[in-house]
Amino acid sequence: MPKSSQPANLPAAQEKEVIILQPSKGWSALNLADLWRYRELAFFLTWRDIKVRYKQTMLGALWAIIQPLLQMIVFNFLFGNLGGIPTGDIPRPIFTFTALLPWNLFSSALSDASRSLVSNKNMITKVYFPRLLVPFSAILSGVVDFLIAFVILLGMMVYYKFPLTSAVWAVPLFLLLAMVSALGVGLWLSAWNLHYRDVRYMLPFVTQLWMFLTPIAYPLSEASDKLLHLLPLNLHKLYFLNPMVGVVEGFRWALLGSQQAPTEALIYAVSVSLLLLVSGMYYFRRMERTFADMV
Amino acid sequence: MSEYAVRVENIGKQFRIGAEINRSPTFRDVIVDALRWPQRVLKPQLNPSYDHIWALRDVSFEVKHGQVLGIIGRNGAGKSTLLKILSRVTEPTEGYAEITGRVGALLEVGTGFHPELTGRENIFLNGAVLGMKRKEIAKKFDEIVEFAGVNKFIDTPVKRYSSGMYLRLAFSVAAHLEPEILVVDEVLAVGDAEFQRKCLGKMSDVAQEGRTVLFVSHDMSAVLRLTDEAIVLDKGRVVHRAPTREAVDYYMASGYSQSGERIYQPAELPPDAAPFRPLAVRVRDPRGNVVDAMRSTEPLTVEIEYRLNSPIKGLRLGIYCMTNRGEYVFTSFDTDMPEEYDKFAVRPAGHFTSRCQIPANIFNEGQYILGMNASVFRVKRYFHDEHALAFTVDAAGAPGKQWGEIRLGPVRPDLNWQIEEAAG
Repeated sequence: MPKSSQPANLPAAQEKEVIILQPSKGWSALNLADLWRYRELAFFLTWRDIKVRYKQTMLGALWAIIQPLLQMIVFNFLFGNLGGIPTGDIPRPIFTFTALLPWNLFSSALSDASRSLVSNKNMITKVYFPRLLVPFSAILSGVVDFLIAFVILLGMMVYYKFPLTSAVWAVPLFLLLAMVSALGVGLWLSAWNLHYRDVRYMLPFVTQLWMFLTPIAYPLSEASDKLLHLLPLNLHKLYFLNPMVGVVEGFRWALLGSQQAPTEALIYAVSVSLLLLVSGMYYFRRMERTFADMV
Repeated sequence: MSEYAVRVENIGKQFRIGAEINRSPTFRDVIVDALRWPQRVLKPQLNPSYDHIWALRDVSFEVKHGQVLGIIGRNGAGKSTLLKILSRVTEPTEGYAEITGRVGALLEVGTGFHPELTGRENIFLNGAVLGMKRKEIAKKFDEIVEFAGVNKFIDTPVKRYSSGMYLRLAFSVAAHLEPEILVVDEVLAVGDAEFQRKCLGKMSDVAQEGRTVLFVSHDMSAVLRLTDEAIVLDKGRVVHRAPTREAVDYYMASGYSQSGERIYQPAELPPDAAPFRPLAVRVRDPRGNVVDAMRSTEPLTVEIEYRLNSPIKGLRLGIYCMTNRGEYVFTSFDTDMPEEYDKFAVRPAGHFTSRCQIPANIFNEGQYILGMNASVFRVKRYFHDEHALAFTVDAAGAPGKQWGEIRLGPVRPDLNWQIEEAAG
């Protein structure tokens, strides 16, 4: 050890932190200060996930582009050529692609976050750190794919001659909203996944249903009109409980600028995603204490 | 501020075992459980749906600031559980503990290492996982690389490292952690002998700097070298606390067969031992008596009795002899000699005894531990018992006994000394 690490280097006695270990009961505080103290670890975990993401793949980061492009082509065929659902005055390819970007961010972040505790099992059983960082960084690392695909979207906007709207500043906010939603749901699922491995089987199918319940290949107006006729009372508003409705509509509004601001959908989206986030964090903290014994 | 760095009061940890241990509950179990709740409330004693065991119970001890405490005990005694609680990986089921100071825990080296990342990247990642700040890691980076001796490969993905290099790098990061309280599990048992010496050196530097260290190891010589005091855990409880030398003697002597014979009951055998079924290990004197104490001037016979329920190809039975300080004296296998090796290329099903004679004038006086194992080289270890039995050697009549001093070293050979006087 170097000379500088002699006891003189240790903090004075009175400022030593005291850690109390005892069984906790009921709900625990979120302990955000601890999260903040470990922010560098959050950064390193995210950075690791990004670095490792495309190692040993042949096409590497191209996958971030290929996936939404192929989805777009299939959706165009299904909903356009076969279904004939109108997309208003927006050309179908860019209409779908704009929605696919936040959706893919959300769905892959959700599945990464749900698996994150199990895949970081090794660390969880050997070192202490706030476990919340694990699903948190799983979600952050998905942003890279989003940014890569976003470049393609910008290209499409040039091709289809969509000028930048005055609402373009809101794009990062919608991105954040998608991530908060994914984190909220991901916290619940990741904690469940440790206790009940059913989540692994349930998730792909839930995400698939969820995708069709999000106005990706069809416009929101179309869906809410149909639901209005089908459902009594104001039950069609239930559709808005899906926070991705607000996110997807928000993206179209901020980037393609053809509609009015989807205010109602956004109010729902923000409330639902914050509710999921806060409840998810408390639930996660409550389950956290048995993580190391469960995995 | 408390005078203690660590104060543990009646800590206990319960685990669920039994039929449920191998799987996580599924939704189905939860639903079934929920439907059964009236039954559970009405007749709680009827619902032992899970078996529980206490991995730790009523554990209390204190460690003063700057003290280096060893924790010893056999596998399953609760050492690792205790360290996991102290390092906050898991919560105790009952009790209370207070830790004053920044804790660094080394329950494993290389936690968080990713094979695809380079050595450089893994140093930063692993450092962060262990709780180091980025600046701190950057400052010590060169030292870490130097200590690990991987300078040339620092930008190579660690999956291309040899296992030795990988472990050296992993240990090196951990060794540069500077917490006030260091909690270390078995991590020194890595790498080659030279690197192990280097690690031990590093650990004793840490201990001498006035840091508090809790050190768990199977390697009694490391415990003796690094710690002044030790606690002995047995079946989840603290059974002894004493200066290390005394605690190690207590640990090595306790619980082993003192009759010179160890008999294996079917219930204590792990299921994966089959088709190998150990029956007994024993030590006999030249007159054929089963003994636990012998003279160093007489040969002794070691016997392993076992049954094979089906043939095993390449099976070998080995004995490991260790001093009561945990240093190995020798290892030997029943198919070491070419004739036996060829004859028992496939050992048929049946009842066997593998027997060998340890010549006279091998052991120094003291207590020795005999371990045994049954394995197929590089394929499978069917069964092993590190501490099958203990025996005591008396050096009466051994070479050099005319002086009453204790001879150093585990062996006391009868060397054929010649003294020549130069002519002229």
